Amino acid sequence: MYEAETIDVAVVGGGHAGCEAALAAARMGMNTVMFAISLDSIAMMPCNPSIGGSSKGHLVREIDALGGQMGKTIDKTYIQTKMLNTGKGPAVYSLRAQADKIKYQAEMKHTLETTPNLRIRQGEIAEILMEDGSVCGVVTTSGAIFRCKAVILCMGTYMQSRCLYGDVIIPSGPNNLMCATKLTQCLKELGIRLYRFKTGTPARMLKSSLDLEKMQPQYGDETIVPFSFENKPEDIKREQALCWLTYTNETTHQVIRDNLHRSPLFGGMIQGTGARYCPSIEDKVVRFADKERHQLFIEPEGEDTDEMYIQGMSSSLPEDVQIAMYRTVPGLERCEITRFAYAIEYDCIDATQLKLSLEFKDFKGLFSAGQFNGSSGYEEAAAQGIIGGINAARYIQGKEPVVLQRSDGYIGVLIDDLISKGSQEPYRMMTSRAEFRLLLRQDNADQRLTPTGHGIGLISEERYLALREKERLVALEIERVKALTIAPNAKTLEVLAQYESTPIKSGAKLSDLIKRPELDYEKVSPLDGDRPTLPADVQEQVNIQIKYEGYIGQQLKQVEQFKKLENRLLPEDMDYMSIQGLRIEAQQKLDAIRPSSLGHASRITGVSPADISVLLIYLEQQKRRG
Amino acid sequence: MNRINQLDDIIAAISTPLGMGGIGIVRMSGQGCIALADRLFSGKKSLLEKKSHTLSYGKMVNQGEVIDEVLVSVMKGPQTYTKEDIVEINCHGGSLVTRRVLEAVLNQGARLAEPGEFTKRAFLNGRMDLTQAEAVIDLIHSQTDLSRQAAVNQLEGRLKKEVRSMREEILDMIASIEAVIDYPEHDVEEETYDNMEQGSLKLLNRMETLLANADRGKIIREGLETVIVGKPNVGKSSLLNWLLEEERAIVTDIPGTTRDTVEEYINIDGISMKIVDTAGIRETGDVVERMGVEKSKAYAEKADLILMMLDGSRPLEGEDREILSFIRGKKTMVLINKTDLEQKLTLDELEEYIPKEQIIPVSIKENRGFDELINGLKELFFSGESVKAEDALLGNTRHKNALFQAKEAMERCLVTIRTRMPEDFISMDLQDANRALGEITGDVADEEIIDRIFTKFCLGK
Repeated sequence: MYEAETIDVAVVGGGHAGCEAALAAARMGMNTVMFAISLDSIAMMPCNPSIGGSSKGHLVREIDALGGQMGKTIDKTYIQTKMLNTGKGPAVYSLRAQADKIKYQAEMKHTLETTPNLRIRQGEIAEILMEDGSVCGVVTTSGAIFRCKAVILCMGTYMQSRCLYGDVIIPSGPNNLMCATKLTQCLKELGIRLYRFKTGTPARMLKSSLDLEKMQPQYGDETIVPFSFENKPEDIKREQALCWLTYTNETTHQVIRDNLHRSPLFGGMIQGTGARYCPSIEDKVVRFADKERHQLFIEPEGEDTDEMYIQGMSSSLPEDVQIAMYRTVPGLERCEITRFAYAIEYDCIDATQLKLSLEFKDFKGLFSAGQFNGSSGYEEAAAQGIIGGINAARYIQGKEPVVLQRSDGYIGVLIDDLISKGSQEPYRMMTSRAEFRLLLRQDNADQRLTPTGHGIGLISEERYLALREKERLVALEIERVKALTIAPNAKTLEVLAQYESTPIKSGAKLSDLIKRPELDYEKVSPLDGDRPTLPADVQEQVNIQIKYEGYIGQQLKQVEQFKKLENRLLPEDMDYMSIQGLRIEAQQKLDAIRPSSLGHASRITGVSPADISVLLIYLEQQKRRG
Repeated sequence: MNRINQLDDIIAAISTPLGMGGIGIVRMSGQGCIALADRLFSGKKSLLEKKSHTLSYGKMVNQGEVIDEVLVSVMKGPQTYTKEDIVEINCHGGSLVTRRVLEAVLNQGARLAEPGEFTKRAFLNGRMDLTQAEAVIDLIHSQTDLSRQAAVNQLEGRLKKEVRSMREEILDMIASIEAVIDYPEHDVEEETYDNMEQGSLKLLNRMETLLANADRGKIIREGLETVIVGKPNVGKSSLLNWLLEEERAIVTDIPGTTRDTVEEYINIDGISMKIVDTAGIRETGDVVERMGVEKSKAYAEKADLILMMLDGSRPLEGEDREILSFIRGKKTMVLINKTDLEQKLTLDELEEYIPKEQIIPVSIKENRGFDELINGLKELFFSGESVKAEDALLGNTRHKNALFQAKEAMERCLVTIRTRMPEDFISMDLQDANRALGEITGDVADEEIIDRIFTKFCLGK
C-alpha cells in the first residue's frame, strides 16, 4: 500500500454513470479521478447499439439540459436517428439514435481526457475508506491510496458478476471483461445491503453471413433532431445506416421448447432477479406460448465493423442451441455468430439506502449511481451519474444537494422511484411512470432544467441567455396569436377546406383553430399575415403550448396539488418508531427509508394513506408544540 | 382554524339517541377529560383518584346547582375506543338533563364532537384502517335502519367490488395505449378509437349509476336536508307538526348543540328528512311566522328538498310568486293546504313554475294527502322505486368526491377520443380516472399499469 494522491472526488467505474458523474464533478471544479478496470471499456455499450427511445430519449435530453455529456456524444457518433411516436401526442415523442459503439466510446473517452480537473485511471477499487461515518478515500487492488472527500460508486454490472451460456458459467463482467471481485466484501462490511440482479444480451452476427433480402429495411428520419440543445440539425446531418426487421417462427419456438431443460433460467441455475422488460427469447416463448412470431431488429454495431446486434432475441441457452435457434429465422439461415448471447448476474444495492441526492443515508460523502442502484439501461445510468456527480461536488462545496422532483423531469421520477420503492427487478424508465408527462416533454427539457444547470455551474452564461431569449420569443408569440381573430373569408375557408376542417361562420380565434386536431400553428400560417420569422424550436413551443393548453393546464393543477405534500418536509431525525398510530409496517418502512417529504413518504410501498394522515397530524402537533 | 389543529383537545357529545328512553350518556375523549369531569363531579372520591375502567356514583354539579345523579365511567388510554382518556357520564333524568350535562362539560372547555369524531380519533390513533373507519362513521351517522344496512354492505365491500371491476377495464385500456407508446416499434395491436369510445361510454354510465346511488346513500344516511318555505302565516308550523306526528320514530333533536338552529330528524317510510330551522318556524308560535322570504331563499339554496306551503283558499300573491321563481328547478314539493276550504288558487298559474307531479293538495286539518306526499317524494328521489339499503353503495362524501372526479375524467376522456386527440391524451384522462377510483379502493396506480402492460403484451429487446 502507498499514499498515491489527495483528491476531491473518486468515481468508481467508467460506464455511462461514471462518465457523467466524473464530468459533472470536474466541471464543477472538483479535482476528480475516474477509475475503470479497463480504460478500453469507458462508455461501453455492452448491449443494444442505440441511445434513447421511449422515455429514455427524455432522459438524454434532460441530461443535456443540465449540462451533461451523453447527448453531445451521441450527436457526434450516431449512424441512424429517428423520432418515435410522432403519431402520438407531444409528451411521448421519443428520440432514438443508433450509435457507432466504438466511436461513441472513443469520443467519450477523449472528452474525459480533455476535461480540466479530471483524470482517468485504469484500476480496480478494492476498498472504500471511512472515518467517523464520512468517506475519506479509496484503495486500488494494487495498493494505491487516494485520499478524497467524496466517492461515487458507478460499478454497473461488474460486481462479482458471472455470465451464463447454458450450463457454461464464466465469472466475468459484460463482454468478457474482468469483473470486480473485491469491493463487494468491503461494502458488506460497511453494512450496505446488496441484491443480485440479472440481465442479458442477444448474439452478434457477421453482416456478410445474413440474407438481408429476406428482411424489411428500416430507415432513419430525413429530418434530424439533435439530442443536444446546443446542436443544430444541419451541423450533425450525415449519411444514415439501415436496420432490418425479421421475425421468429414456429420452428424457432420448437427448437427453444425442445431445449428448455438446458436453459439456466428454467433449470434454476440463475439466482438473480431479471427484468420483465428484458425477457429472453425462451422467456417470451414460454410466457406467450400462443404468439406465432416475435419481431427481431437487426442493427449495426458501428460503421467500422460488420457485427450486427439481434434485438429481440437475447438468450442464456447453450451455444449449440443458440446456433440452431437463430438459424431458423428468415435471413439468418447461414448466420455466423461472432459473440453468443448470454445472461449476466451481478451485485447491486438496495437503493432505498440512498437519499434523493444519491448519497448513502448512513455514509457522508458516499454516493451511488447507475445500474449498481438497480436500474437498467445506459440512459438511466447516465441520468443518475450526473446527479451523483453534481451532488458529490455540492457536498464538498458545503451546499444543498440538487434534488429534482417528479414534476421537474424524468430524472426526478427515476431517482424518486428507485429510492422510495427500491427495485425488485432492474428498473427501466417508462413514460407511464411519469404522472406529469405532458409537462415533462423532450422538447422542453431545456426550459425545465437548464436554469438549474446554470445555477450550479454546468451551463454557460451564453447558453442560459439563449434559453431566456427563446422563452421570451415564445411568450410574445403566444400572446400575439391569442389576440388574433380570423374572419370567415374566402381565403380562410379555402385553408380550412384544404385540411378538411369544419368551416367557420363567424370570426374565430386563431388559437382556437390551432387547437383543432387536424390543424396546427404551421398549417394556419396562410391565415396569419403578420407572423414574424421565428426559429423552429420557438415555433414548436408556440404550437404545443397553444394546441394542448387545456390538457397542460390540467396537469399544472395536479402538480400544484402534488407539491403541497412534496413541500411538507420531514425532518431527517424523525423518530417514526415512537409515532403513535402508525402501523408497524409503516413505522419500519419510514424508519428505514427516512423520506424527505410527506409526498415522498406517500410513495413508499407499505405506507398507506392512513399512515400519511397520521404523519400529517403528527407534523401539525409537532409544529404547534414548537 | 384548521381542523387538523384540533386533534388532541377534549371532545364531547351525547352518545345515545335522544328521546329513546331514560338513560343518556355524555361521552368525552381527550387528554384532561377526567380532570374536566371531576370539576363537575361530586362523589366520594375524586375521579382523578379512580382506577381505569371503573364506575363512580355521584352528582353533577354546575355552579352550585345539582343537575343530575350520575354514574361516571373513567377509562384511561390507550385501552379505550379512541386510545385517549375517555369519560362517560350516564345520566338518568331524560334527554333534557342529558343536554344540560353536555352543556356543562362544554362550558368547562370541552368541544362538541363533530359527527363521527370519536371514530375519527380512534382511526387516527391507529385503531382501524381507512375503509373501516369510513364505514363506522357511516354507522354512527345512520339515522335509520336502512342506512345501518347500507353501512354494513359497505363493510362487505360491495362498493369496492364494483369500483375494482371498473378499474380493471380502465387498466386494460391504459395498458393497450401505453404498450404502444413505450414500445413504438413492437407489433402490438392498437385499440381503435371506436372501441375506446364504446368502452369509455360504458364506464361513464356505470360511474353515473353509482353516483346516482350515492345521492340515495346520502339521503338514507344523513337525511334529506329539508327546508319548509312559504309566506308568513300559511301553515308552515302546522306542516312541521303534522310530519312529526306522522313520523314513527323521532331519532333525535338537539336544539342549540349542532349549530345555532334547531333541526328535527324525521323518518317516514324509509325517507329520512332533516328539517332545518324549525326554531324559526316554531318560535313565533301562532302569531306571525318569522321566517320570511329572504330567509327562505338562503335556506333553499343549500337544501336537498324544499317543501313549499301554499294556502289554497287564497289566490297566488306576489310573495308566493317570488318564492316560486327561486325554487323553480330545485327538488321541490309544493303543498296546497286548506283544501278543506273553498279553493281560490288556480293550478294553471302554479304549473308554470312547478311540474304537476310535484304539486300535492293536502289538508292538514283533515289529515288528507299525507300518502300522496310520501309517494311524491319517492318519485322525486328514487324514481318511484321502493328504497332499499343495498342500492346505497356509496357511503360518504370522500368516496363520492373521488367517484365524481373519476366521472369527470371519463367525460374528458370521451371528448379527447371524439376530437381524435392522440392516444396518450386518452391515456392521461384514463389515468386520472383510475387514480380517482384508486382512492376509493386504496389501490395505487403506477406499478399496476406497468404490470398490466407486461402481462398483456410480449415486449422487450
